[in-house]
Amino acid sequence: MAKKMKFSIYRYNPEKDAKPYFKDIEVEIGDHDKKLLNALVKIKDDLDDSLSFRRSCREGVCGSDAMSINGRNGLACLTDLADLKEPVVLAPIPGLPVIRDLIVDMTQFFHQYNSIKPYVIDDRPMPERERLQSPEDRKELDGVIECILCACCSTSCPSFWWNPDKFLGPAALLHAYRFLADSRDQATNERLDDLNDPYRLFRCHTIMNCVDVCPKHLNPTKAISRIKETMLARQV
Amino acid sequence: MSLPILKFDAVVVGGGGAGLRASLQLSEAGVKTVVLSKVFPTRSHTAAAQGGISASFGNSEEDNWHWHMYDTVKGADWLGDQDAIEFMCKQATDAVAELEHYGMPFDRLDNGKIYQRPFGGHMADFGKKPVRRACAVADRTGHAMLHALYQRNVKAQTHFFVEWMALDLIRDKAGDVVGVTALEMETGQVYIIHAKAVLFATGGSGRIYQASTNAFINTGDGVGMALRAGLPVEDIEFWQFHPTGLAGAGVLITEGVRGEGGYLLNANGERFMERYAPTAKDLASRDVVSRAMQVEINEGRGCGTNKDYVLLKLDHLGADVIDQRLPGIREISIQFLGIDPVKQPIPVVPTCHYMMGGIPTNYKGEVLDGVDEKIVKGFYAAGECACASVHGANRLGTNSLLDLVVFGKSAGNSVIEFVKTMSDHKELPENAGQYSLERMAKLESTTGEKVADVRFAMQVCMQQHASVFRTQKVLDDGVMKMREIYERAKNVVIEDKSTVFNTARVEALEFLNTVEVALATMVAAAARTESRGAHAREDFPDRNDEVWMKHTLYYRDGQKLEYKEVHTEPLTVDYIPPAKRVY
Repeated sequence: MAKKMKFSIYRYNPEKDAKPYFKDIEVEIGDHDKKLLNALVKIKDDLDDSLSFRRSCREGVCGSDAMSINGRNGLACLTDLADLKEPVVLAPIPGLPVIRDLIVDMTQFFHQYNSIKPYVIDDRPMPERERLQSPEDRKELDGVIECILCACCSTSCPSFWWNPDKFLGPAALLHAYRFLADSRDQATNERLDDLNDPYRLFRCHTIMNCVDVCPKHLNPTKAISRIKETMLARQV
Repeated sequence: MSLPILKFDAVVVGGGGAGLRASLQLSEAGVKTVVLSKVFPTRSHTAAAQGGISASFGNSEEDNWHWHMYDTVKGADWLGDQDAIEFMCKQATDAVAELEHYGMPFDRLDNGKIYQRPFGGHMADFGKKPVRRACAVADRTGHAMLHALYQRNVKAQTHFFVEWMALDLIRDKAGDVVGVTALEMETGQVYIIHAKAVLFATGGSGRIYQASTNAFINTGDGVGMALRAGLPVEDIEFWQFHPTGLAGAGVLITEGVRGEGGYLLNANGERFMERYAPTAKDLASRDVVSRAMQVEINEGRGCGTNKDYVLLKLDHLGADVIDQRLPGIREISIQFLGIDPVKQPIPVVPTCHYMMGGIPTNYKGEVLDGVDEKIVKGFYAAGECACASVHGANRLGTNSLLDLVVFGKSAGNSVIEFVKTMSDHKELPENAGQYSLERMAKLESTTGEKVADVRFAMQVCMQQHASVFRTQKVLDDGVMKMREIYERAKNVVIEDKSTVFNTARVEALEFLNTVEVALATMVAAAARTESRGAHAREDFPDRNDEVWMKHTLYYRDGQKLEYKEVHTEPLTVDYIPPAKRVY
């Protein structure tokens, strides 16, 4: 049965709006419109083509459509409309500069990600075939490699809001752990040296918002504590 | 109006698997390169690939590239070019080892080697029995591969223009490609990118259909640009319908489910694939399985109130195997249908998944024009937007990811060689950029139709007239309707006229590419009076090698069709002659 749903959406177009505002809009929800993204696409197609948001895979694997949904970060494509209280308040993920409507400038976020050297460092000559890795060693990467870089975690983290330029944030730290945990990586010391900084790593105050909001159910806080453990073990 | 000009040696359009593999080759060789991507690279559709990437390592049982080549030729229903197929299958183990060296986190066997699973159409000993050839990262292989490639590009300091959309190819008087026009979304500024070489890795166009596993961004931009620039598109009537799209939602459920031991059931609880493919059963080629499913549904053996889907059963695999090998599809199934496959079977339907056709290239990634395959100087293509042609009339599962890295690299190498021969850039034509600006200006008109309306009409038309089974009448009607839609597309407008991150404009420009692909598909499909691979004609149920073992070339000008020969000379091995395709 079709029914109408109410939304209140953050709008900002720098060309014409002096400041951002929330705009109310009602849209008819059809039987097949299960997810929030369906409703947003419908608004854009049928009612207002100026509503701006990112989206691509619509199945939670590309990480494009992170937004603040009733005050909580999540992916529009994985959020059930049926679970949402009306009016559904939609805003950009917090803490990053807004370009337009729900689209934020993610430069800072990716800068932090790139800064942890997000690649396996192993300068030894490569074998002709694959390097070997035991299933146990490989298992260490589960719960980490599923990250889709949607930024739900980092932009829900107060420490990242205050110091987005100095604190790596949960997403980049999760990846920092991913490479420390990879048995093929040979740069553990170098990586730990880079992280051993009052801001880069140690601004994490285990508030755990990141764990709460991750749409892939990953646990950056745990990864961060594993980094700290590794660091401590090195000192001993 | 003159546009700002940016100069690079090479421009790669598209930041998915093929684009990133190519850019890596170029960056590491020190070629001044920029990658244009409509989305941040890790958001590309490669991320959605699930089941695996094929390579005949033989980590679990005997395998070799000759068998892989045979399977690919047979899977392609003898429409693939055997030189390109040999090239790809032979390179596969090196290409996948390279990905492992880049850090791709493959699942492992107890002996530490890459885990491999069975997949549709992967057979040992020239089609005798299923073999484990698909190298997997659980059911998130594409995601893992895309991230590993992006990460390696970070290391290589590849230069990206993120959220830039290429608009048109720029060709000079001689027909050589000398750059592209491109829109920077954040500012709305259009630029000319002047380059010695342009490499397209723009992906597929599954969004021509209403039900598709494809992402919103898969809008056939590369094919649209090539067609507008006067170049042909090859074998565009061949679209793969993946057997297991989630009923109603369209989201992909990997063939790896069947690789791990899942199977399909009809309303009678019958494992019907045994009737259609006695040897490979549920692991027959995708076209074969999709047709079987459609027959079951058409003959009233579909499930549910409307009898419009079949069931994919995997609960017998147990929670442990599902959580270890197929965690992603469990999540998807729960998310989109509220069904936990550990307990219940998943409702599935054949769903548009992959474009076998594309911009004609050779195995070096050089773009070819016309029946005589004249090389278009300065223009290269790889991945789903290209037609090398390795997938012919039907692609084997996991050969897509392999295609991306093998031909991404090979096209990258061709660009490196070409750029070396060019001491300077060729001159831009005088009016470069004018065409793109005119196309964009048209969208600003005050009268016209909404993009969403015409796009919807196109998707419905494709779904109704160019689906799993086709007939002359249905296709001819489709051509007529699609021509009308194509005319309507000339008058689409956007209400939002602003410059900053105008996604309405981007969607309109995308649609103008997509509709080119849709019309090309319909026209080419209506002309091919035989059944081959994914092009299944009820009125011409057999393959007709005498007349139709040839590639279709479609040109935008006059919607003209030409046909060129299939390459029957592999590089080093013997030709695999056509045979009846039984699984």
